[in-house]
Amino acid sequence: MSADITIVVDGVPRRVPAGTTLAAALFRAGVTAFRRDLSDAPRAPLCGMGTCFECRVVVDGVAETRSCLVGVREGMRVETGQ
Amino acid sequence: MTVSRAPDVIVVGAGLVGTMTALGLAEAGLQVTLIDHDFPGAGSTGAAMGHIVVMDDTPAQLALCAHSRTRWNALSETLPADGEHDHCGTLWLATDGDELAAATSRVAGYAASGVRAELLDAAALREAEPHLRHDLAGALSVPDDSVCYPPAIARDLAQRAAERGAVLRFGAMVTAIEPGGVRLAGNERIAAGAVVVAGGATSPQLIPALPIVPRRGHLVITDRRPGMVRHQLVELGYLHSAHTFGGASVAFNVQPRRTGQLLIGSSRELVGFKSGINRRLLAAMLERAGTFVPALREARALRTWTGFRPATPDKLPLIGAWPAIPGVWIAAGHEGLGITMAPGTADIVIAGILGSSSPVDPAPFRPDRPMPTMAEAA
Amino acid sequence: MKSRAPADVVVVGAGPAGLAAASAAAERGRRVLVIDQGLKPGGQIWRHQHEADLPRTAQRLMARARRAGVTIASEARLVDVASSNELIVDFRGRIDTQQTGALIIASGARERFIPFPGWTLPGVVGVGGLQALLKGGLSVAGARVVIAGTGPLLFPVAAALARAGAQVLVVAEQASRAALMAFGMSLVTSPDKMAQAMRYRGAFLATPFRTASWVVRAHGHERLAQVVLQERGRLRTLDCDWLATSAGLVPVTDVAELAGCALDAGAVRVDAQQATTVSGVWAAGECTGVKGDAAAMVEGEIAGRAAAGDARGAADRTRARERQRGLRFAARIARTFAPRAELLQLADDATVICRCEDVRRGAIDPAWTQRQAKLWTRVGMGACQGAVCGPACAALFGWEGNTVRPPIGGPACGAWRDALDRIAPPSS
Repeated sequence: MSADITIVVDGVPRRVPAGTTLAAALFRAGVTAFRRDLSDAPRAPLCGMGTCFECRVVVDGVAETRSCLVGVREGMRVETGQ
Repeated sequence: MTVSRAPDVIVVGAGLVGTMTALGLAEAGLQVTLIDHDFPGAGSTGAAMGHIVVMDDTPAQLALCAHSRTRWNALSETLPADGEHDHCGTLWLATDGDELAAATSRVAGYAASGVRAELLDAAALREAEPHLRHDLAGALSVPDDSVCYPPAIARDLAQRAAERGAVLRFGAMVTAIEPGGVRLAGNERIAAGAVVVAGGATSPQLIPALPIVPRRGHLVITDRRPGMVRHQLVELGYLHSAHTFGGASVAFNVQPRRTGQLLIGSSRELVGFKSGINRRLLAAMLERAGTFVPALREARALRTWTGFRPATPDKLPLIGAWPAIPGVWIAAGHEGLGITMAPGTADIVIAGILGSSSPVDPAPFRPDRPMPTMAEAA
Repeated sequence: MKSRAPADVVVVGAGPAGLAAASAAAERGRRVLVIDQGLKPGGQIWRHQHEADLPRTAQRLMARARRAGVTIASEARLVDVASSNELIVDFRGRIDTQQTGALIIASGARERFIPFPGWTLPGVVGVGGLQALLKGGLSVAGARVVIAGTGPLLFPVAAALARAGAQVLVVAEQASRAALMAFGMSLVTSPDKMAQAMRYRGAFLATPFRTASWVVRAHGHERLAQVVLQERGRLRTLDCDWLATSAGLVPVTDVAELAGCALDAGAVRVDAQQATTVSGVWAAGECTGVKGDAAAMVEGEIAGRAAAGDARGAADRTRARERQRGLRFAARIARTFAPRAELLQLADDATVICRCEDVRRGAIDPAWTQRQAKLWTRVGMGACQGAVCGPACAALFGWEGNTVRPPIGGPACGAWRDALDRIAPPSS
C-alpha cells in the first residue's frame, strides 16, 4: 500500500506515503524542529517509540501529540516548531 | 567545618520554617546548627503549593499572614531566580451573590491590617481571568499575594545561613529532644542553649504531646499552558460548603507557575502518613477545577503527588516556648499556611529566644494553649 | 458512555512476550485483551508495516494469537493502574476504565541514553530509534549514517539501514574487542543466533565495524552535521546526516511500578512462574531483564499459562529450562555491553541532562540524592517524567529512578478525571 496522501504541515500541503508514522512523514517533509526547547533550540525525535516526548507536535488542534505514535491520515493538519 | 563552640540554638527541620528561622538567628549573630534527616525542603515544603496568601479566618491568622507577607515582599529581591517568586495575586472566587456579599464584608478587615483587597464584579473578573467560567458572581482580589517554589527557597536560605556561620547537618536524624540539646541517631548528642522544633508534621515524633496530625493533600501539575490563568485562583465556597467524602474534602485552587504549568489543588483527608493517591478524591478535585476553568480539562496532567499539611485542632500554628522542656521552642503546625507564615514564625521565635519584642502578638500561638481535641475539631 | 467489556486477562504490550502470554492465556479459554501503543502489534523488535516482512517466528506468533481469539487494542496506552483489577487506558484518544481478572505486564525495554555534547541536535536518534523511524516510513536513501552504541541491536539496525539505501559510515561498538569475542564465543551454543548475526553483517559488509569506539560529541547548527568518534585512542570527525546512538537497553517498568510491583536493579522482580510481588500481576519479557525476543517469548508463555490458572503448564520443565537459558543470556548481555566509564565523562557542564526541562549537567551536584535534584532542579519532572534522563542519571550519579506517579503519558485532565470517576470504590 504505497499510495500517497496529503497532510498539511505548518500550512503547507505535503504528499506522504500512506501507512507512515507522522514522525517519519514530517522528516520526509523536511521538518527538523518538531518542537522548541526552553532556550528555543530545535528538537526532533530521539527514541522513536513514544518515550522521549521530543516528537511532540500539534495535530488537528491537539497540542502535545507524540508524532511517532500517530499514523498519517488524509487531511491531517500539523503544526511543528519549525 | 569544625565548630569552635557549642551552638546557641539548634533548629530541627530544614523546611521553609526551619531554614527561615535558622537564617534569622544567624543574622542576629547567634551560632546556629540546622539539622534535617534529609535535605532542605524534603518534607511538606517540597510538596507544597507555594502560595503566599493572607487568610483571615481568625484575627490571629490574619495578623501573622499579613506580617509574613510583608516580609516575603521585602525579601523578594534577594530570593534566587529558581525560587520563582511571582507577584500574581489571589482571586477568591464567588459563585453566587451570597458568597460575593460575604466577601464584601471581609474587605474592611483586610484593610485594617494593611492588606489591599478589592471586589471585582462579574465583568471585571472576566477581564482579569478570561478563562474562568462566565457565570461567576465576582471575586475578592488580594493583589499583593504571591506564589513561589518553596524547595528552592529552602535550599537558598540554608545556604545563606551557612554563609552567616550556621552549621548544617543534613542527613542526620534527631531521635530525641532533651533539656539543653538533642540526640542524633548513633547516639551523638549536641548541646545547645535552645532548640527549635520545626519538623512540620513529623514534630510529634520528637514531642508526642504536640497536637499536630498530617492532613494529606493532592496536587496535579499540568503541561505548559501559558496565559490560561494569571492569578492564584481559590474558591470562596470552601470555607462554607462541604465537598466532603466521609471526612475528606476538596476545594478549588489553581496556581499559575512561571513555567506556564498549572498547579491544581486542593484536597484534605486524614489518613496518617500514607502517601498513596486517593483516586476518587483526585477525581473530585479535578472535577471541581474543571467547573471553574473549563479549559483545564484539556490541559494534560503530567504528574500527581501528595503532601502532608501539619494540622492542629484550632487551625493555628504552635509558635513559642514549650514549657514542658526548658529551652525548647516550637515552630510547627501551620496546616496549609507554612510557606506564607514562615517569616513571621521565624520572627516570633527569634524574638522569644533573644528576649526582644515580637512584631506579631505571639499569645494566640502559644504551643501549650488550651486546644480542642482532634475529634472536636473534625 | 458504553463501558468496555471486562477481560479475564489484560496484557500490556504486544511484543514477543505479550503476544506469547496472550496466546497462552487465550488458548486456555480466557478472554484476553492486549493493550499496545503501536499502530500495529509486534512491539519494538517486530515493528512492521507489512506482516510479510516479519521473521517467520513473528508471523507464526501473530497467527497463533489470532487463532486463539486474542483481542489486540492498538494505539492504546495505559494511563493509570487503579488496582490490579482496574486499569485506566487511553483507547485511541478515548480514556476509559478496563476491568480485568489478571494483569500481565510485557512493557518491554527502552534505550538508555548517556548524554554527550550535542546529543539534543535534530538528527541524533537512538539506535532502535532510527530503526523505528525507518520502519515507520523514514527515507534514508543516500543519507550518511553513523551508528554508535552497544549490544545485539547494532547489527540488525545497520543491516536494515544499509538495505534501505543508507550510507552507513561506521558501526561503533563501545564494548571492547575482548568482551565481544567472548560474547561471540558464547553464541556457539546458539548456532541460529550466530548465523543471524553473520547474515546481518553481510548486509553492511562495506561498513567498518569498530570495537572500543564511541561518540564523543556531535556538532551542527539547528541540525546534526558532524560527529566526533573516539576510535582506538584517537578522535575522528565524520560528516553525517544521522547519528544512531544509545548505550544499550533498560527495562520499561513504569506500569509495574504503578501497580506496586517490586523491582530488582531496575527490572520487574518475578518468580519462576513470572509472578510479580503483587497478587494477580505477572510480568514477562524485557521488562524483567533485557534478554532478547526468544527468551521473551518463553517468559510470555509461562506468564500466560500462570495467569490462566494453569499452574502445571506454567511449571513445565522444558519452559523452565528455556527460561533459565534466557536468564543466562540476559546476564551475558548485561556483562558484555555495560556502558564503559568513559561514556560517563562525556557530558560537560553545558550538556543538557534532562531534555524536557533543559536541566544541564552543571546544575546538578553529584553528591545530591535523586529526590534532592528533582526538587531543586526539576530534573525528571517534565513531559517524559524521567524516562530518558532517569537511566542517564542512574549511570551518571547512581540514582534510582523517579517514584512513578500517575498518570502515565500526560492524559488530558478532563478525560482522565472522567475515567477516575468510574473506577470502583476501594474495598478498604
